[in-house]
Amino acid sequence: MNAAAKISIVLAPPSKAGDTAFKLLTWSMAMMVFVMVALVGWELWQGSELSLQKFGWRFLLHSDWDPVNGNFGALPFVFGTFVSSVLGLLIALPLSLATAIYLTELAPGWVRQPAITLMEMLAAIPSVILGLWGIFVLVPWLRDHPFALLQKVFGFLPIFGGHIYGASVLSAAVIIAIMIVPIITSISREVLRAVPDSQREAAFALGATRWEVTRLAVLKGSMRGIFGAAMLGLGRALGETMAVTMVIGNSPDISASLFAPGYTLASAIANEFTEATDDLYRSALFELGLVLLLVTIVTNILAHLLVGAVNAPKHAAHA
Amino acid sequence: MSKMKIRRILIRFLGLVAALALLAGAGRVRAQLLVNGAGATFPYPIYSKWFDEYSKVDPSVRFNYQSIGSGAGQKQILEGTVDFGASDGPMSDHNLAKAPGKILHVPTVAGADVVTYNLPGAPRLRLDGPSIAGIFLGNITKWNDPRLTGLNPGLALPDADILVVHRADGSGTTYIFADYLSSVSQEWAAKVGRGTAVKWPAGLGAKGNEGVTGQIKQMPGAIGYVELVYAMQNHLPYASVKNAAENFIAPSVESVTAALAAATIPDDFRFSMVNPPGPYAYPIAGATWLLVYQQQRNAEKGRKMVEFLNWAMKEGENMAPQLDYAPLPPALSKRVLAEIGGIRY
Repeated sequence: MNAAAKISIVLAPPSKAGDTAFKLLTWSMAMMVFVMVALVGWELWQGSELSLQKFGWRFLLHSDWDPVNGNFGALPFVFGTFVSSVLGLLIALPLSLATAIYLTELAPGWVRQPAITLMEMLAAIPSVILGLWGIFVLVPWLRDHPFALLQKVFGFLPIFGGHIYGASVLSAAVIIAIMIVPIITSISREVLRAVPDSQREAAFALGATRWEVTRLAVLKGSMRGIFGAAMLGLGRALGETMAVTMVIGNSPDISASLFAPGYTLASAIANEFTEATDDLYRSALFELGLVLLLVTIVTNILAHLLVGAVNAPKHAAHA
Repeated sequence: MSKMKIRRILIRFLGLVAALALLAGAGRVRAQLLVNGAGATFPYPIYSKWFDEYSKVDPSVRFNYQSIGSGAGQKQILEGTVDFGASDGPMSDHNLAKAPGKILHVPTVAGADVVTYNLPGAPRLRLDGPSIAGIFLGNITKWNDPRLTGLNPGLALPDADILVVHRADGSGTTYIFADYLSSVSQEWAAKVGRGTAVKWPAGLGAKGNEGVTGQIKQMPGAIGYVELVYAMQNHLPYASVKNAAENFIAPSVESVTAALAAATIPDDFRFSMVNPPGPYAYPIAGATWLLVYQQQRNAEKGRKMVEFLNWAMKEGENMAPQLDYAPLPPALSKRVLAEIGGIRY
């Protein structure tokens, strides 16, 4: 009798309170993300009120940046941010993808583990250290060898014309590429690893070569995940500050040449905020932050639309 | 890693935290008055030296100084979030008008900008106002330009491009430099003007004295400006600059003090000391200020601050030359002491 009573207590209909509380807890944590983004946006909007009032939309299209006379425009910064980040991504993507493929598909165990560890260490290097290394080692080398060679061969193109200072948009892109390779590689590696082995084996069974297996059985289904990895990398590239500041040359100019110095939104804020004594000046710097937030959001939305457009017809064909 | 191991590490870590918390608590037993300040980065080394030394003179007060930039220093003193501010440039009339009370400018030390460069053999160049302005405006683009060779008859200057490097971050160093160029070149005054950050007509920007130095060291033919303190401590080559009395003067603590002595200083101490008339004055120099309210809100803090300022003017100034800052000349520090005497609490 006693035992039966105990069982009936244990089996009493479970209350849903626990589930509800759990759901509420996780929901509120997830909502924090939205609240954070909204708060950041709101603060930036508040801070840039003066500048928004004075310049309006012209702020985005204007290329003057003159703190002395109170004339501010964000165009050169948007340009520098966009060009250096996209270029960085273009350099980093093939490198990362090749690394990820090698590590998941081809590398023997004794190479894989040390390589992965090293990659993680590369991701942990503080950006200011990379920036210092950039000034003293990378940029002088880039200037004397690859840049000089590019100009010699492709000098007739405007993007490789002009004086080579060393510090330039292209140097910034190279530093950015170095910084985002680890993140793109490790996420792509996870994506490739998630492809079931049976799929590879099936392709081998059909007589596919290694390259065909990788292309058809592994890469084809992983495009979305790899794209996501690239987008995370781009997100980091857009906001990267210290290392870029140290090698980009910090001149708010829009130049056709990749060898010319440029400027990014994040660098301008980091450089000029501490000594901005004038209200309008500070407000314009706040607005640069707002523009950076918008650029990041717009880039992400565009990327999602793009990946949707790439994937949708294929899925339709499969169905 | 096993669960046990993690747990053991965690327990040890918590023990350490507890021990540290106990230590911190023990330190707080002695009641100490905390005076907070924030602002300029340029005088940070001397201020932290002063606060350190002063803690031995009066252990009952502790000064906490955050070197977060002149802009932030001015903003925080206006908002009353700190007890004193610090700035490398005097506050504008516009900003002073926003203050709830009268803000006094207390000049503490002076510094200078040196023009440094990357030329073979690191010679001592001789430059004057128009040539420096010409270079930074982008009008003089070759090292063998007659305007430069004319000033340096003994030197064989190369037929190479001049690459201008300037500060990208807003700074008091840039303010002094732009202030000087505005006073010696009408073209600069009209096109660029004075400010902690300006619209540079030429060259590329680098962050901090170390960034500018790094770029110059990497680029043959580069020229830029850095703080005197930084140039001295890093043994950079620098130019002698022609002053208002037509003498070529090398930057040094003495020649900056001479510039301070020769500058005309108004009663509110908001002054510019570039290109002063003295025969031994180095022309690209500027002072730095502490900003305090004349009427202090907290009597105890006000009294401690006045005591400290008096000490700084009398004893602290003597420490300046060791750190390559120029102390105030006696006549000026007398005037400053009189102003400090006017602080009410």
